[in-house]
Amino acid sequence: MNNPPPENNQGASSEDPRFTRRKFLMTSSATVAGGMMPPMAIGERPTASVGEVMAGATVVESSKVKFVVNGVSKAIEVDNRTTLLDALREHLQMTGTKKGCDHGQCGACTVLVDGKRINSCLALAVMYEDRSITTIEGLGTPENMHDMQKSFVKCDGFQCGYCTSGQICSAVATLDEVKAGVPSHVTEDLTAAPKMSPHEIRERMSGNICRCGAYSNIIDAITEVADAKP
Amino acid sequence: MKSFTFEKAQSPAEAAEAAMRKPGAKFIAGGTNLLDLMKLQIETPGHLIDVTNLGLDTIEETPQGGLRIGALVRNTDLAADTRVRRDYGVLSRAIVAGASGQLRNMATTAGNLLQRTRCPYFYDTNQACNKRDPGSGCPAKVGYSRPLGIIGVSDACIATYPGDMAVAMRVLDAVIETVKGDGSTRSIPIEEFHRLPGDTPHIENALESGEFITAVTLPKPAGGKHIYHKVRDRSSYAFALVSVAAIIQEDGSGRIAVGGIAPKPWRDETAEAELPKGAAAVAERLLLGVNPTEGNAFKVKLVKRTIAAVISKAKQDN
Repeated sequence: MNNPPPENNQGASSEDPRFTRRKFLMTSSATVAGGMMPPMAIGERPTASVGEVMAGATVVESSKVKFVVNGVSKAIEVDNRTTLLDALREHLQMTGTKKGCDHGQCGACTVLVDGKRINSCLALAVMYEDRSITTIEGLGTPENMHDMQKSFVKCDGFQCGYCTSGQICSAVATLDEVKAGVPSHVTEDLTAAPKMSPHEIRERMSGNICRCGAYSNIIDAITEVADAKP
Repeated sequence: MKSFTFEKAQSPAEAAEAAMRKPGAKFIAGGTNLLDLMKLQIETPGHLIDVTNLGLDTIEETPQGGLRIGALVRNTDLAADTRVRRDYGVLSRAIVAGASGQLRNMATTAGNLLQRTRCPYFYDTNQACNKRDPGSGCPAKVGYSRPLGIIGVSDACIATYPGDMAVAMRVLDAVIETVKGDGSTRSIPIEEFHRLPGDTPHIENALESGEFITAVTLPKPAGGKHIYHKVRDRSSYAFALVSVAAIIQEDGSGRIAVGGIAPKPWRDETAEAELPKGAAAVAERLLLGVNPTEGNAFKVKLVKRTIAAVISKAKQDN
């Protein structure tokens, strides 16, 4: 777990005006992590030493890293174990990128690095020095949405919305991959330029899981943008 | 995840030297498998050597008429290379049959060769596993063995090599180039790269401590029809139950390697001589010594049928 322990995991209650869903989740994860600690740590008020116990009583190794996020240069110091996903969410407070499975299976954490989609949960932040990262916050804003965002809204390409930022980043990169001639498993002719189709979209988007099952509308949304930009 | 120190290597020799100097060090490039295993504390390197700044990311033509693929060429870039699509189609097909678009953008050529098994017992640290914890035992044979190996396996381990890319490289007679910590280099034919488990399933390949893969070379194109047929539980983004990489010539001769059934891409050149007689003859020869479990005996029939599908497809396309 890379989440820093909350400053006080016993002070939050549902009546507390500062209590948010986010704080609740952080508290929950710290409690779960507590179950893995040696017995002596259980029941004790969390202190700065908790982080060290969780790290196996070893010195936490950290590094400085700087990269560009949505056009803005960012320099942070992180525990070497910090994923790009956690660097975005926990260090830069950019929570548009979501943590789903944290093991590269669901695609909720998809971001673009130098224009190419990756799973940010399987990337160590320290390995992305000087790279240019685009997250959902950088694709568009509520006032000035990216075409793919507009199309997802128009086609109702989501229900709960948790996978949506990953779906949209992945979809934007998918269209670029087709344009660049990257073949897929369902591309008939390897030597010809690949053509977009619902069949191709299904295959190319298989790394993004939607637990609500909004797939048919997601395919509609991507198809609409693909058709507009042949 | 266990804490680790981190360095960026500046040359392949320096990376190999650093790995030899620091016991427990690991190279990291794409990280798609290693970081996953580190989160589960199945891999616990004390030191990571980032090798992504070394170049080694180009595909060059060799004087012999083949291709030299840099170790750090990403899977997407390898599958999309126009020379690979034209002359080594089985390799493009195998790569795009595996993982997801995101993972293929991260995963490297060398890292793909080194990916570890997806045996559920290897992944579950509450279970015994001779590969993860040598000597602890193997519950897979009498447990959930559906995705696991039927040939080349041992009493100690029935895990499979899970990848697709290496199965295609096996029919292409690829050669793996390395540099060791002392600066010496060597070439390892792919058939000698992955090891069978025997009683040391934790040793998975021919690399020595600190030895670093710099490239994979392909000989000049073999011609023929290039086919990669993957059978799996989902139509996308799943590991193979059985996969067949094949190059079939117009006269019906050819080469065949099978994935998903063994600790390494499984090929037997004497079985290929049976191709004119049909899939049953090839499969029978290829699977001599087969030793399935109750849970994966279906793969014996599936290998034969997948080879039959490949032979049929080669004929259709003519």
